[in-house]
Amino acid sequence: MSTSYLPLTTRAAMLLRMLGIQGVWNYETMMGNGIAFAMEPALRLLPGGRGGDAYRAAMTRHSGYFNAHPYLAALAVGALSRAELDGVPAEQIERFRVAAPGPLGSVGDRLIWAGWLPLCSALALLGYGLGLSPASVVLLFLVSYNVGHVGLRVWGLQAGWREGLRMAHALGNPVLRNGPPHLARATAFVAGIALPVAAQALLGEGRVLLGGVLLAVTVGALLLTRLAGKFEGWRLAIYVLAVFILYSVVR
Amino acid sequence: MMPELAVDLLAFVPLAVLGAVLGLDVVSFPQAMISRPIVAATLAGAMLGHPLRGLAMGAALEFFALESMPFGASRYPEWGSASVVGGSLFALTPDGTPAAMALAVLSALVTAQVGGLSMVALRRWNAQWARRQQAGIARGSGNAVVGLQLAGMSVDLLRGGLLTFLALAVFEPLRIAVLATFTFPGTLSRAVVVSTASAVGLAAIWKVTASTPGARWWLAGGLLLGFALAGGLG
Repeated sequence: MSTSYLPLTTRAAMLLRMLGIQGVWNYETMMGNGIAFAMEPALRLLPGGRGGDAYRAAMTRHSGYFNAHPYLAALAVGALSRAELDGVPAEQIERFRVAAPGPLGSVGDRLIWAGWLPLCSALALLGYGLGLSPASVVLLFLVSYNVGHVGLRVWGLQAGWREGLRMAHALGNPVLRNGPPHLARATAFVAGIALPVAAQALLGEGRVLLGGVLLAVTVGALLLTRLAGKFEGWRLAIYVLAVFILYSVVR
Repeated sequence: MMPELAVDLLAFVPLAVLGAVLGLDVVSFPQAMISRPIVAATLAGAMLGHPLRGLAMGAALEFFALESMPFGASRYPEWGSASVVGGSLFALTPDGTPAAMALAVLSALVTAQVGGLSMVALRRWNAQWARRQQAGIARGSGNAVVGLQLAGMSVDLLRGGLLTFLALAVFEPLRIAVLATFTFPGTLSRAVVVSTASAVGLAAIWKVTASTPGARWWLAGGLLLGFALAGGLG
């Protein structure tokens, strides 16, 4: 059976399920079960319907090991659903399942975790520093971030379904290929503005100690970049703050 | 004189529900980043009638969160429930109280660390639970796949709620005790928190963008503009 049509209700169900694709993430199958969970509404369209031989074979195949960036996994979900409904041989589908995770993980990590998320976070910090209301800061972050987040999932499902196992074409999209370096530069610039502005707003009455704060930030940041990979700043901060509070209480 | 340390545990229940929902968002559902500190702490503050204090705590924690993005199988702190704890503790303290921010940030960071460990434990539990369901999954049972997914999400929801409740139950009496005996001025306390948070945030941005050609110049340009803007605002 070859099909190029996926009913709107099926797409909507798949999109909703993709929001929970990491619901049972674990160190053995990673998001494997989530892939089968997200594809399940499409697999009901296989000959024999829900519970038929084709459905059962596909569910077994797709609940095994799989790992990718959770948003870009939508590409795999679309592509694999198309392949199953087109009756592509199981060996070909298995080969795709082995090859797809690497690119889907690395592109997604660079685009979202190292690009879009810190950029939106810096934007929200800038909003806070400029005195926006709490509701405005929260909306600024959530709307900007989720335009990218939901947009990527919707595009991924559509592109995966359109391309099927030739999904590499979709990964050649200019946004995925050239987006990460542009996002990194934008993040650097916006965070550069946001950090001093937000820190100044947070400092409040502590502004009288601005010189000391600047010195501490410079030394601390240099130290942390030198020690990158050996220590995490947030863990060190636990010790710094605990010692500070303890000393103040017992002195 | 010893301060009154008894706390009303029932008052933490709505906050625990918020912590559960936001803890779930970190990985399991829907990863819309409502669990980021700047959102989560603001919501907690708003729940207690002090959204501005919640936002300030969210901004402080967001600097730290810039350092730890949820990359694949890496271990990272759980900011959703932790930010509810930090935002609540800061919102419960009157403005201008020395050490309020330092204590709330410390409580949130410790909760984030414990939360990260609880996520590792959950992932192991998920693997065990998946093995137990293996027979159904191997038969291609849709119910087994869906049931496993829903069980994972439900336990994660419980994990976040329980973590938030326990953290509040531990840190709220501690907050009362420490605030009664803290001796440094508020200016110094704020300066220590902001210095620590800003150093971590700046190093994190450097780390994330340093491998991109030209990004360090964009960061330098942004910092110059930021300092000029901060000077104008101050």
